[in-house]
Amino acid sequence: MVDFGGWDMPLHYGSQLMEHHQVRNAAGLFDVSHMTVVDFADPAPTRALLCYLLANDIARLYPGKALYSCMLNEIGGVIDDLIVYDRGEAGYRLVLNAATRDKDLAWITPLAERFGAVWREREDLAMLAVQGPQALTRLESVLDAATLAAVRASRRFHAVDTGALFIARTGYTGEDGVEILLTAANAPALWDRLLEAGVAPCGLGARDTLRLEAGMNLYGSDMDETTTPLVSGLGWTVAWQPTEREFIGRAALDRQRIAGIPQIFVGLVLNERGVLRGHQTVYDGDREIGQTTSGTFSPTLERGIALARLAADAGDRCEVEVRGKRLSALVVKPPFIPRPL
Amino acid sequence: MSSIILPELRYAESHEWARAEDGGIVTVGITDHAQHLLGDLVFVEIPEVGRVVTAAESCAVVESVKAASDVYSPLDGVVVEVNEALADSPELINQDPYGEGWIFRLKTNASLDELLDAAAYQAIALADEEDEDVEGSLSNPKLVD
Repeated sequence: MVDFGGWDMPLHYGSQLMEHHQVRNAAGLFDVSHMTVVDFADPAPTRALLCYLLANDIARLYPGKALYSCMLNEIGGVIDDLIVYDRGEAGYRLVLNAATRDKDLAWITPLAERFGAVWREREDLAMLAVQGPQALTRLESVLDAATLAAVRASRRFHAVDTGALFIARTGYTGEDGVEILLTAANAPALWDRLLEAGVAPCGLGARDTLRLEAGMNLYGSDMDETTTPLVSGLGWTVAWQPTEREFIGRAALDRQRIAGIPQIFVGLVLNERGVLRGHQTVYDGDREIGQTTSGTFSPTLERGIALARLAADAGDRCEVEVRGKRLSALVVKPPFIPRPL
Repeated sequence: MSSIILPELRYAESHEWARAEDGGIVTVGITDHAQHLLGDLVFVEIPEVGRVVTAAESCAVVESVKAASDVYSPLDGVVVEVNEALADSPELINQDPYGEGWIFRLKTNASLDELLDAAAYQAIALADEEDEDVEGSLSNPKLVD
């Protein structure tokens, strides 16, 4: 067990590598109840708030649709990354990181007040993620037929709300699957039924190797309040159009874009044995060209991999300093593995 | 957690084991307790044969998916043999820490009596399991993120 943002969480349930392969090849179960969930009740003022609060544009949403976005500060730095769900007349649901909870809520509170958006934190909810190519098959014995059919019919980044269960086709592994929100009191029973259905419990360790292979950023490692989405591989999440939409951080992003984006955010794959980690220095010959932001050993590729922020003119090869030695690596575009979705 | 601690071996506080072989040779590895806490190992950096090491000097690195940890030489000596099989199969340390998962062999004049016996090491391992807040040690690898 490890402390993660104030939550006691298992690093693994026996073998981190086996859990990783289980998710890639079958289905794994994660207790991600540590995530911060915030519900906004009234759609109209919330729309105005989120339009201003988020770098992605909630105009892209419709009832049942989810959107990934960064929440920026005035200098374009990332306060947090989140998923916002459109729940129609019921309002909007934000799922944010756990370690950033306090500062996120402190940031949102005065803005929500300004826009007259009423919200509450859903500490009463738990969240279980079922991920892997067999995730939906394994749900057959767990969900009733109508719910299962609705989940099967829903596409990636869409959610089904049965009242008791909020089932989203989202995740942090690069695999098909769902994230299920439900009353915490009902979560242990669902957990047990999923285990009975043959879904393997997985810890934080596998969660990290899976998200890294899928080229998904980890807040606090790959981006933070000092880095913009444009230098964090998240430019695709910034909605520049319509140009008249004013959102927090937009002016800073515009300035950075016009001045020229100084760095690229890439993947590195080691050409030799070893494991990459965050904060390792990257070289092109004698020139220091950047740093890894997070790294690991990819169980799928059986190689060291990392995300890295490098000088804009970096080539397709580099060297990473690991314990005083320079190891050669390829510069690639994440994800490191083909994403099925 | 029920880690195996072999009574015939000697141990270092930093979780290495040492076994006396014939002719002043000592085989070194990490304990079952250490491999349990590290989790699945995916990379081992072994010392070069011929390297002169002193007691408590870092001379190998074991990396699990999550963390890298130093392995310290329990005694003064010269590295005379290394376990080349670990390059391809670091999991040998998880599977058989006291056997196939040995890391290196030293030629030494030092006495193993300087090291902990099984009972003394067991006390350390137990204390370690009770204290989950020790950071960055082999027994409690820090989360990389």
